[in-house]
Amino acid sequence: MHKTILAVSAALTVSLLAPLTAIASSPEEDLKAFRDYYHAKFPDTPEADFINGVYSIDEDSRVQWENMEEFPVYEEDIAAGEELFNTPFANGKTYADCLKGGGVGTRQMYPYFDSDTGNIVTLEEAINTCRVDNGEKPLKYKKGPIAQISAYIAYTSRGNKINIEIPNDERALAQYERGKKHYYMKRGQLNLACADCHYYNSGMKGRSEIWSPSLGHPTGMPVFRWGKWGELGTLHRRFGGCNKNIRAKPFKAQSDEYKALEYYLTYLSNGLEINGPSSRK
Amino acid sequence: MKIRLISTAASVAALLGALASPVVQAASQSEMIAEGKRVAFHRKLGNCLTCHMMADGESPGNVGPPLIAMKARFPDKKVLRAQIWDSTSNNPATMMPPFGKHSILTEDQIDAVVEFVHSL
Ligand code: HEC
Ligand code: HEC
Repeated sequence: MHKTILAVSAALTVSLLAPLTAIASSPEEDLKAFRDYYHAKFPDTPEADFINGVYSIDEDSRVQWENMEEFPVYEEDIAAGEELFNTPFANGKTYADCLKGGGVGTRQMYPYFDSDTGNIVTLEEAINTCRVDNGEKPLKYKKGPIAQISAYIAYTSRGNKINIEIPNDERALAQYERGKKHYYMKRGQLNLACADCHYYNSGMKGRSEIWSPSLGHPTGMPVFRWGKWGELGTLHRRFGGCNKNIRAKPFKAQSDEYKALEYYLTYLSNGLEINGPSSRK
Repeated sequence: MKIRLISTAASVAALLGALASPVVQAASQSEMIAEGKRVAFHRKLGNCLTCHMMADGESPGNVGPPLIAMKARFPDKKVLRAQIWDSTSNNPATMMPPFGKHSILTEDQIDAVVEFVHSL
């Protein structure tokens, strides 16, 4: 009698809000609309301050957080990352030899569109490509050494402005659109989109947790989460966590899907300063 | 006669309650409300407090409207049940998960939640 079969299949499908995709808009138009929206919603937050996640919109937790940041919990990770970064591979080469621009101070150019392959290249992926090209084993993507190396590179890039280009290439635009689609698509058993929490309802509370704006999310990665992780994790680890929370099957870290999502979201934060690694409660 | 009058609005549970003896009705009704409250507050079940303020619920979110004076706002329990079973039929863009349609809760759990919410 009850619609169990129907319900199960419905839970597996995802629905897309029609109006959002029906209106085609260029990345430039998206960026402007995205920013205008958050500025109207959070008139007291200067644009440059959105790099501080939820603390950019919540004065109470900000004070606590600023106290925490006086003795940064990720300091040892940066040191470990620096050491890893400078330790030569078995063949004598280093990360500096194979990462674009030598790696140091380059966080703001990731992720980028690679016109040779049509793929998006993230910093973490570039680190592993570097390893494999030099005969080393790839590192696991969500935490540990890769997050530490990423943290060191972010740290040496602090203050540099995010600069993501979407070249005039259909494939680059397709990657951007794929990320955008992921962001707005309702998914999982709970039927929620990233945009539901971090766009339309940013600043609102789910239980006692305030949902942060997506503007600025990529600047502070990797992130050390005191409570939930007790360690450093990458942006894609966070994506996976948010997908799991809505009971959607997470994609793999560094999957094409999450790389496209990172490309989309990081583009929308263009011009904001890198301030990673960062800490969150 | 009495049954006919309320039948359109009443859920199966209320109908059975009306037919049963007053004592049994009171017990099952309050049990159902208690079960509904448990389901509604439980983080892995209804978790309604993520979004709704509800009496007795600690640190509620504020995304959905406070669930108060429900009898006045939902004289018809079926309408309330429909909102919980599939919130998206009313508003496709809603934040509220479709608890029945996506099998987040069982039909029995939804019945209990309806009783509880209607009592608020
Ligand atoms: C049900 C609500 C919900 C949904 C849906 C959701 N998130 Fe989150 N997200 C949270 C909460 C809660 C936090 C922690 C508090 C905060 O920073 O917003 C968080 C944190 C984050 C962070 C870390 C922010 C920081 O400053 O460290 C990122 C990045 C993020 N989410 C991205 C996403 C993406 C991308 C999606 C979709 C794939 C998504 N979220 C879906 C609730 C949600
Ligand atoms: C993630 C957020 C969220 C959760 C969880 C949630 N709701 Fe809602 N609910 C909403 C929103 C938002 C509305 C406003 C109506 C809309 O969006 O169409 C709503 C509306 C309602 C309404 C209609 C209220 C009115 O005055 O019209 C009822 C009743 C309701 N919810 C009950 C529940 C119950 C019971 C649960 C748990 C089993 C629940 N909700 C869980 C977000 C939520």
